[in-house]
Amino acid sequence: MSNLVILPILLPLLTGIFLVFFNSKLPLVRMITKVMVIINLIAVSAIAYEVVQNGTMVLKAGDWTVPYGIVLVADPLAMVLVVTANIVATACAFYAFHSLDEQRERFYFYPLFQLLIAGVSGAFLTGDLFNLFVFFEVLLIASYGLIVLGGTKEQFRESFKYIIINLFSSILFVTTVSFLYAVVGTVNMAQLAERVGEVEQGGILTTIAILLLVVFATKGALFPLYFWLPKSYTVPPTVISALFGALLTKVGVYSILRVFSLIFVYDLTFTHQLFIILAAFTLIFGVVGALSTNNIQLIVAYNIIPAVGYMILGIGVFSATALAGSVYYLVHDMIIKAALFLLVGAMAAYSGTSDLRKMGGLIKHQPVLGWLFFIAALALAGLPPFSGFVGKLLILRGAFEEGHYTVAVIGLLTSLLILISIIKIFIKGFWGEDKLEKVPNISIRNKIMPAAFLLFFTVLLGIGAEFFYPTVQSIGDQIIDPINYIDSVMKE
Amino acid sequence: MEIIMSVLAGLLFTAGVYMMLQKQILKIVIGTALLSHGAHLFIITMGKLNRGKPPILAEDVTNYADPLPQALILTSIVISFGVTSFLLVLAYRAYQTNGTDNMEKLRGNDHE
Repeated sequence: MSNLVILPILLPLLTGIFLVFFNSKLPLVRMITKVMVIINLIAVSAIAYEVVQNGTMVLKAGDWTVPYGIVLVADPLAMVLVVTANIVATACAFYAFHSLDEQRERFYFYPLFQLLIAGVSGAFLTGDLFNLFVFFEVLLIASYGLIVLGGTKEQFRESFKYIIINLFSSILFVTTVSFLYAVVGTVNMAQLAERVGEVEQGGILTTIAILLLVVFATKGALFPLYFWLPKSYTVPPTVISALFGALLTKVGVYSILRVFSLIFVYDLTFTHQLFIILAAFTLIFGVVGALSTNNIQLIVAYNIIPAVGYMILGIGVFSATALAGSVYYLVHDMIIKAALFLLVGAMAAYSGTSDLRKMGGLIKHQPVLGWLFFIAALALAGLPPFSGFVGKLLILRGAFEEGHYTVAVIGLLTSLLILISIIKIFIKGFWGEDKLEKVPNISIRNKIMPAAFLLFFTVLLGIGAEFFYPTVQSIGDQIIDPINYIDSVMKE
Repeated sequence: MEIIMSVLAGLLFTAGVYMMLQKQILKIVIGTALLSHGAHLFIITMGKLNRGKPPILAEDVTNYADPLPQALILTSIVISFGVTSFLLVLAYRAYQTNGTDNMEKLRGNDHE
């Protein structure tokens, strides 16, 4: 039964390898991709249902007993994120058929896309710190391939910086893991959690914790290490931006959540206080960036940063309410960022520019796109009844309960600024005088559908919060008291 | 022995960081290669250097070499080999397309 855990990694990995061989037959490749993303989505949903109902599943690779072998741990947190990642992947796959030029499709877009999903799922599922590094590399190498796909001047310029910064943080990651191995003598996360309390090496362990934080903060775009993100996420085609914006930074945030709730919890006054300070700066600087530009894709890309700030704030507050909020927000943010990138991409494709100053009056030509964007904007800013509201409410309620008033107020003000930055696109792009010189003769219905699919989940998570909340709250309880996780891994 | 290896790894890190801070793309790529060498030496040192001992733990073996760092270093070497070769090709293509290998000229303020 527990062999099922490998399915979310294996399915996209094998599909990706398989697709390489049929690369010349594009219709077939599209067909296989379509079928496989849906099969994968159904499979992971079934596994997630099983895990939420019957508890954590653990796969010991090769049946090696725990400290010696590699383990994959499908606990509710990991599975919820895997399902969300696959929802985003499904929408992006269907968007790709209608937005990518044929040359890019031929140059192995679909295999790289599948490998990216395999890497993301693996990073969520692994229960081994070194294996986390390996899955980070799988998804990063796929992303290196995707970011240069097409080979325009801007792509080469920005992708080089993106790759160097990620490579540097990966090297730091390996070094830190070997530090940790030297001190604690294991890389298995559950065993680390047990031993870190026992070895009583507070000073050196805190140093290692901060080094790991630097690594994950670089991947997750936390202040002050977010500078590489906005430009490198806007140069590739829309669908790739959407995948990156929805999945890659969230893997970094998930790693922080996992490592700093399971392993490094012995010095909360130092590490988690640091998170709150970092979260405050991330919120402010991210939203200032979003307000500073008129490029619609850059506005959305900058909005990734304050969202990361909210999740880190929830981790920093470290109460069951705030952690449940972080999880809710993580799920919400993966979906809404993908939806926004796709919608903005459709806007840019229709009006032929991504400069807001040259746009206007699109609502007359594309009313559906306009109102979908309006819903997405409200959801991003966290207005009820959409999903952003629930997550933000829980995080900020946790912050107020634990007495972190300053940062909670900063969070509230940031929400307002996020709303201004994103509604600016709606006001200037959809309202106002019509600046289209001639109405372009292209249909963007196929581009709107995937975004509508994602927005459906946003509305569902918002209106159906009553239904989802108990599950998320139980995930939050398990994060703060990880005895369940440790026991299910360590038992024979 | 561990001290010498640690110092060597430290030297590689220093040289790697210095090279990464240069303006020329190729020097940056060499810098990342040096850094990853430093990291690899570091991994092998962290498991204690026991020369000439079997990497297994059996009933009658009391003095053994730790096999885990060796498994980790192999994985890590393969990954950094792949990434470095990709990076070299990318550097060449980026130079061809952009017409420069100077990072100062690749700031990209015009992308607005």
